[in-house]
Amino acid sequence: MPITLDEVRHVARLARLELTEDELRAFQTELDALLGHFQDLQAVDVTGVAPKPHAVALQNVLAEDVARFGLTRDQALANAPKSRAGLFLVPSIRED
Amino acid sequence: MSNKLGQLTATEIAAALQRREMSAREVAQAFLDVTDTYGAFLHVDAERTLAEADAAQARLDAGETSPLLGVPVAIKDNISTQGRPTTCASRILEGYIPPYDATVISQLHGAGMPLLGKTNLDEFAMGTSTENSAYAVCKNPWDPTRSPGGSSGGSAAAVSGGLAPISLGSDTGGSIRQPAALCGLVGFKPTYGRVSRFGLVAFGSSLDQIGPFGQTVADVAAISQVICQTDGLDNTSLPDAPLGAMDLANASVKGKRFALPRELMSDAVEANVRASIEQAIRTLEAAGATVDHVDLPSLSLGVSTYYVIAPAEASSNLGRFDGVRYGAREEAPGHVESLMATRGKKFGHEVKLRIMVGTYALSAGYYDAYYLRAQQIRGLMVAEIDALWGEYDAILSPTSPCVAFPLGGFSHDPMALKQMDFCTIPANMGGYPALSLPCGLADGLPVGLHLMGPVRGDERLLELAAGVERELGCAPLRPGLA
Amino acid sequence: MSEYRLSVGMEVHAELRTQSKMFCRCQVAFGGEPNTRVCPVCLGLPGALPVPNREAIQMVLRTALALNCQVPVDSVFHRKNYFYPDLPKGFQVSQYEETNPIGYHGHLMIHTSKGPKRIGIKRVHLEEDTGKILHLPGGGSGVDYNRAGVPLMEIVTDFPPDIESAEEAREYVAQLRQLLVYLGVCDGKMEEGSLRCEPNISVRRADSETLGTKTELKNLSSFRNVFLGTEYERRRQIAVLETGGTVAQETRGWNEATESSYLMRTKESEQEYRYFPCPDLVPLHFDRADVEAARAALPELPLAKLQRYQDEFNLSPQDAQLLTAERPWAEWFEAAVVAGGDPKAVCNWMNGDFARLLKETGQAAVIPGVESDTEGREPARMSPEILVKVAKLVADGTITGKKAKEVFEKAYMTGDDPASMVEGQTQISDTDFIRQAVADVIAEHPDPVATYRSGKGGVLGFLVGQVMRRTQGRANPPMVQEEMRRQLDETS
Repeated sequence: MPITLDEVRHVARLARLELTEDELRAFQTELDALLGHFQDLQAVDVTGVAPKPHAVALQNVLAEDVARFGLTRDQALANAPKSRAGLFLVPSIRED
Repeated sequence: MSNKLGQLTATEIAAALQRREMSAREVAQAFLDVTDTYGAFLHVDAERTLAEADAAQARLDAGETSPLLGVPVAIKDNISTQGRPTTCASRILEGYIPPYDATVISQLHGAGMPLLGKTNLDEFAMGTSTENSAYAVCKNPWDPTRSPGGSSGGSAAAVSGGLAPISLGSDTGGSIRQPAALCGLVGFKPTYGRVSRFGLVAFGSSLDQIGPFGQTVADVAAISQVICQTDGLDNTSLPDAPLGAMDLANASVKGKRFALPRELMSDAVEANVRASIEQAIRTLEAAGATVDHVDLPSLSLGVSTYYVIAPAEASSNLGRFDGVRYGAREEAPGHVESLMATRGKKFGHEVKLRIMVGTYALSAGYYDAYYLRAQQIRGLMVAEIDALWGEYDAILSPTSPCVAFPLGGFSHDPMALKQMDFCTIPANMGGYPALSLPCGLADGLPVGLHLMGPVRGDERLLELAAGVERELGCAPLRPGLA
Repeated sequence: MSEYRLSVGMEVHAELRTQSKMFCRCQVAFGGEPNTRVCPVCLGLPGALPVPNREAIQMVLRTALALNCQVPVDSVFHRKNYFYPDLPKGFQVSQYEETNPIGYHGHLMIHTSKGPKRIGIKRVHLEEDTGKILHLPGGGSGVDYNRAGVPLMEIVTDFPPDIESAEEAREYVAQLRQLLVYLGVCDGKMEEGSLRCEPNISVRRADSETLGTKTELKNLSSFRNVFLGTEYERRRQIAVLETGGTVAQETRGWNEATESSYLMRTKESEQEYRYFPCPDLVPLHFDRADVEAARAALPELPLAKLQRYQDEFNLSPQDAQLLTAERPWAEWFEAAVVAGGDPKAVCNWMNGDFARLLKETGQAAVIPGVESDTEGREPARMSPEILVKVAKLVADGTITGKKAKEVFEKAYMTGDDPASMVEGQTQISDTDFIRQAVADVIAEHPDPVATYRSGKGGVLGFLVGQVMRRTQGRANPPMVQEEMRRQLDETS
């Protein structure tokens, strides 16, 4: 089933990507092609197969709870597009 | 401008430095003089490099004999370097200067290897040609109208073009090995977890590994000793990461058994590449190795599986680029508008495409059918491949189905470009160590032979590769030489 | 109103009392200058990776066991993906799925005015806190990431909800908090935000099977506000339904000053969390032997102590409640009992003079030789041994109860042995001495004596008091009282 332009818009919004109409259409075509390839995967019998998220099996690799110094405030803020009074500044966060 | 040192391997330069035939500063300067070529480098800070060279010289003068002491190294620009820009070839990180070094960078500093500069790549390591760089076109030193491959094209072009004796790249689906093949180099991706990922800007977290480019297996093995270490800052770092002893000098292919999956020698492989690989196989067989054709049906699902998993993880990893703490920001009255404009305008096309595929594959209603299923198929692939290690020392195949292609050659068919990773992807799926080494020329352009070993079998793989290298007599392969 | 039933689901977030953050080693502390406890990991810099805090996991495991939860053999961390400026990585590392969290399918018994009640617990999981956003005067916002990455434990009650009243809601939060402080996993300071709770409140007609639409209530900074807020919402929702309206599913904030709830605008639209296992973190594995060892190492929990103090020491529920409210206090009591003190007497001293003196001096009760966190307060000099000695001096009649109060206070201030304080001040119980003292007082006060003998018994206290004065308070008061009565009655 081909992906609709509305679905592409929805995904772009979820990913917080502002796209032009031309871009949306271009992505629609490319996404369609990729999703077509994913159909290969549907035919495979995966019943009872455990997913393999990690290449090599490790477990319980934990750090001791000891505090260590990280970055100075200047270092932390050095790359901030905008900062003031030690804070990272962002434009107003409208909650709608 | 040519660099006479560009003909020497890293090992040779190290020896020359030990013999005081030249100074570390002279070596660094010779390479610095040519960095501005092929679009291989994005950032060079000559002063810093020379200062690091001087520090290495002080250690040489003190009598230190560390293997690569004083040998300069080029670093892919998705590896965090304190005080030097790290852009991942993206506009969204324009001007970003990290306050910390990746673990591999600390290790290289510890080994006394001056940083030559940051090399070009496909934006956020997403690509197979380095054409997705937002800053510069990267050219293949063998033929500047052609791509060096990707995503670590800059690191490959640097070594291949004599701009750096050795370099580091990253590999998620073949991004070290494929450029190595297209540029006539040895490119190595160690077992997943043997090289710390702390400081590597994440793309496909369960697939990414940092690894070296060199002109010979010996060079690659030498720098691998430096960067294969356990790291407490990377939770996926193997406790047995350091490389054990290797005997490259006496390595032989006699009695070694190779498996060649039919799926990786399909019609997708170009005739000239196939011919080169088959020639190499005959050479190995004549030297006492056996090469068996095997069937690994799950490998034909590799590309599709990869293009679910890698973008899914990437879509999450790239969520941090929001213009708040670092990088570019499109100003707007409200935060959400600013966020969307920043990401929409500053990410390149391929990156946005993969973010969207990944977001889709993880979203409600699709997670089971795509991401979960892909991880399960990954498990099937690994089971199929692992069944071979009892009988075979390595899996052999071409690295790339074609030689270096013209820049812009796939602009009409990006999907075809993605398909090219089918030989290299299995190694990332299973975390297997894998490398590409030159096996000859086809129509005057390098062909790479791909070798893959079992997990944690890096030492034996490198030894095997050294043996193959000797038999094939190809490396070091340099453009411009007859 | 009684035709409606209330249902409350409770989500509690507790900041864990670790030294360092969940996935990096930046210090965990309250307050301080913004962005001074940050590093590449908790700032979400490109390339940074998480490594889990061992102690945080142990704390959640202890809590899960104390809440009677099941612990899975394998447990993973998930990424919860969404965009907000206080979320540096663009995802929060958390735990998803039903049987994956470190604890699931447990319960907490709470005591209410109507008796004990079992509150089912769906999950106890581990995640990380976000940074803080400060809205700046003049527009715009500033973000401080000091709090980003602090280990956070989330406890969610079962569905369908067991909590059915505002009192139960308050008691659940209060008693859960007590448990967490007992376990040493959280400091429970709601006012500092280290314990946060969000009730999900709905009402339905008493005869209805299906639950009503729920609203989420935020910004409750104390148990009292939990009670008030829940009750307010109950009334508000019922009022909506009574007028024929429908309750909207929304997030509301609690206004402490006006004691009412207000509509909060929802956080950014269209966020889908797209949970998937975090590829940067290897799974946790809980060996059954380790789990049992952790269970065995749990301290005695508040409810068990409360019951035991009533059963074993015959203390009243109220006294037991006071003693067990906080673990250090209960353990101090237990040390005194071990030192030979009579539980009832120790209880009275502790809940009376000792508590009073501690409050007046701002000191903290400590047991010598036992490490404790006094949170910066000076340790009191009173020890269980000393308290027991004072109690014994009263019990064996050496000093009067009134004298003992003086001795106690002196021992509290100095930490000295009470025996050294009572020389020359011990109680006199010698019958001859008392007979004489009483006789002397009777002789010196003819008018009060006559008043007594005329039938007005109230003046007895005055006469007894005179004997006490005359004997510097040392005469045994009950004996004095008895002797005084005897002599007064005898002569008449």
